[in-house]
Amino acid sequence: MVTSLPLTESEYIQHHLTYYQLNLRTLTIGNGGGFWTLNLDTLSLTIFSGILIVSLFYFVIKNFNSERPGKLQTAIEMAVESLQNLIKEMFHGEDKLIAPLALTIFSWIFVLNSFDLVPVDFLPRILLFFGIEHFRTVPTDDVNLTFALSFSVFLLVIYYNFKGKGCVNLTKEVFSSPFGIWLAPINFIFRIIEEAVKPLSLSLRLFGNMFAGELIFLLIATMPWWIQWTAGGIWSIFHILVISIQAFIFMMLTVVYLSMAHESGH
Amino acid sequence: MELAILITKMQIVTAIVAAVLIIVAAIGTTFGFSMLGGKFLESTARQPELAQLLMMRMFLMAGLVDAFAAIAVATGLLLVFGSNPFLAAIVKAAAGTLTV
Repeated sequence: MVTSLPLTESEYIQHHLTYYQLNLRTLTIGNGGGFWTLNLDTLSLTIFSGILIVSLFYFVIKNFNSERPGKLQTAIEMAVESLQNLIKEMFHGEDKLIAPLALTIFSWIFVLNSFDLVPVDFLPRILLFFGIEHFRTVPTDDVNLTFALSFSVFLLVIYYNFKGKGCVNLTKEVFSSPFGIWLAPINFIFRIIEEAVKPLSLSLRLFGNMFAGELIFLLIATMPWWIQWTAGGIWSIFHILVISIQAFIFMMLTVVYLSMAHESGH
Repeated sequence: MELAILITKMQIVTAIVAAVLIIVAAIGTTFGFSMLGGKFLESTARQPELAQLLMMRMFLMAGLVDAFAAIAVATGLLLVFGSNPFLAAIVKAAAGTLTV
């Protein structure tokens, strides 16, 4: 497909919005597997960035120097410390999981979002030499990934509900929370909606922002080459803000949801 | 001829819908951001020592306000520049039956 350049504008965008998929039913490249399809581009970049973050933190811990800290160590210490203060404010109660969870979510999503700043044709063109026709550079503009992230947060919210309140209190709260015990079915339905909206809004917010960003980069890439730097430069600078804010929001809302679940009597 | 009229109608509708998507998103974000920025300036004037904390929270809220506007704009642009599934459906249905 891509060998027959030049494409039209809409074909170009379509081409860049196609995943590099593995069909698990027939074990061939290409979609059509329905549920049993792996998005190899998303998976590979996600695992790659996870390894990158873990090895970076490991490297800093290995070379820890309390006498003369380097620049990298200072930066990571600052990030960890400010995160710790933030969570002390947000999350009431003692818990050992929250702070590492928040740090993991923030750094991972931040790196995944940062792939948005890689030029849109850079990775696909390189991989074309290896026979890979479609490749989407930004892992977080795959709705599967954002839903996976928010669904794991959702499972943690359920776990913290049970842990913080206990079975009896939780049942009491679910059936009597906003309107009192006499309207138990309505309370129950309200509670279900309230809980179900959390993972939905978390994942769609991240996905929508990243998808919008990537689409506008693609549109900029269809402009004539001599004008691209103006729009591309402005949008890239704005996008640095969006990337960090979206990672930060995902982390903050996770902490807020978990703290709401953990507190009794809200 | 019939097909040409049908496609033209579809394109008109799509253009209007994309415009409405972008306009409504723009109006909503304008109100959101003006409220957010105004309140931020007010409260910073009242308590300047909280400016750092408030600025961080303002950016957090800005991200929340921004999110769905960005989604709407992207959907509108996708309809205009990317693939239009409604138009594609007409073309696909007409490929066998009608002649231009």
